[in-house]
Amino acid sequence: MPEFTLWDIVYNLLLAARWTVLLSLVAFIMGGFVALVLLLARTAGNPWAMRLVRGYVELFQGTPLLMQLFILFFGLPLIGVDVSPWIAAMLGLTLFTSAFLTEIWRGCVESVNKGQWEASATLGMNFTQQMRYIILPQALRIAVAPTVGFSVQVVKGTAVTSIIGFVELTKAGTMITNATYAPFTVYGCVAVLYFLICYPLSLYARRLEGKLHNVSR
Amino acid sequence: MSLVELHAIHKSFGAVQVLKGIDLKIDEGQVIALIGRSGSGKSTLLRTINGLETIDDGTIMVAGKKVGDHDTDLLDLRLNVGMVFQQFNLFPHYTALENVMLSPQVVKKQSKAEARAIGEEMLVKVGLADKMSHYPDQLSGGQQQRVAIARALAMKPRVLLCDEVTSALDPELVNEVLAVVRQLAEEGMTLVMVTHEMRFAREVCDTLVFMHHGRIHEKGAPEEVFANPKTPELAHFVGGLAG
Repeated sequence: MPEFTLWDIVYNLLLAARWTVLLSLVAFIMGGFVALVLLLARTAGNPWAMRLVRGYVELFQGTPLLMQLFILFFGLPLIGVDVSPWIAAMLGLTLFTSAFLTEIWRGCVESVNKGQWEASATLGMNFTQQMRYIILPQALRIAVAPTVGFSVQVVKGTAVTSIIGFVELTKAGTMITNATYAPFTVYGCVAVLYFLICYPLSLYARRLEGKLHNVSR
Repeated sequence: MSLVELHAIHKSFGAVQVLKGIDLKIDEGQVIALIGRSGSGKSTLLRTINGLETIDDGTIMVAGKKVGDHDTDLLDLRLNVGMVFQQFNLFPHYTALENVMLSPQVVKKQSKAEARAIGEEMLVKVGLADKMSHYPDQLSGGQQQRVAIARALAMKPRVLLCDEVTSALDPELVNEVLAVVRQLAEEGMTLVMVTHEMRFAREVCDTLVFMHHGRIHEKGAPEEVFANPKTPELAHFVGGLAG
């Protein structure tokens, strides 16, 4: 039986961690884009769009990410769409991320003073102009800290995709454990790697939050 | 033809009827004060005039054109009718000048140079030539309110609505804002204001409208209304102010 050094383990985990980072980035960017569209639909005042978005958000917030991935991965083939673990993982995390970001950002938009809507309306601005020039710039400032904070949840959420066979950090950990029979060492390294990705994000979010309190403009 | 005509305006918030059939004509150059107790519907009436509150029944005509449900109607209305709020509602992320320039650029598609010229003109007019690059949180309440007036004027409205524009101000800052409003009135600007500053209303306005329980209870020239209230409600209101 071959011997595995600690470096062998860490090196292989690092290779897999690239996928964790990539999946997080893609989910976050695509989820953010979907969330922005949903946010506009949610706040534009059309009652049907509002209900639809609320249903979407509640559906994805109210079910485990694992179930969402199972349904995508095993459900889509039933209707004839074959999905690879990568596609299913990306799609699942995007939907998950978009639901949460929509809700976070909606809160930020709603925390902008109602008088800002009224003042801009009396100046003749339409919804798009109000959003673009008045509301979003102010909401954005409020949103940065909770958004960065949520990105930590996305990174940790990628671990779940190991279940459907996508080889990211956690899945790689399981595979290496099966070869080395050293679960404590391997999962210890996995945890450390997650921490190294997430901790800077948390730290950054906290710093942004502190900054926000000092600047009103 | 009046500039703004309100006919049989009805408005309820849930089960509470706030406006119970309001008829009001606003002529070019007229300066009207809406007075009455809180809850009499005067602020709501003011807000219906530029579409911030929808109405349940009745018609609003601006410059002879009926305001319908279309977005273009609403835009048309708002280009004619400007508004200044009790809480200023300046945009905190823009400087005083940017606050004033924004709408001419965005809504009226004026060039930056044009908008800047108008913006500077308006800020000079309200006495803030030296505060153009200040952000709202660097200005006093009175200065913020004057920026808000300049911002509304930059759109060249034909009517300016003022909703308790001095109520949120410290007493020593009230006069600088009233002076600007007085100046506008003297220049012939059409004004409709909700105010608790009775002496100011008396001096500046040509028409007082007393509202009571969602109706226009009494209306007339200020001297007349204050000296000879025809209804016990107005007499009581006026008396309460003196006491």
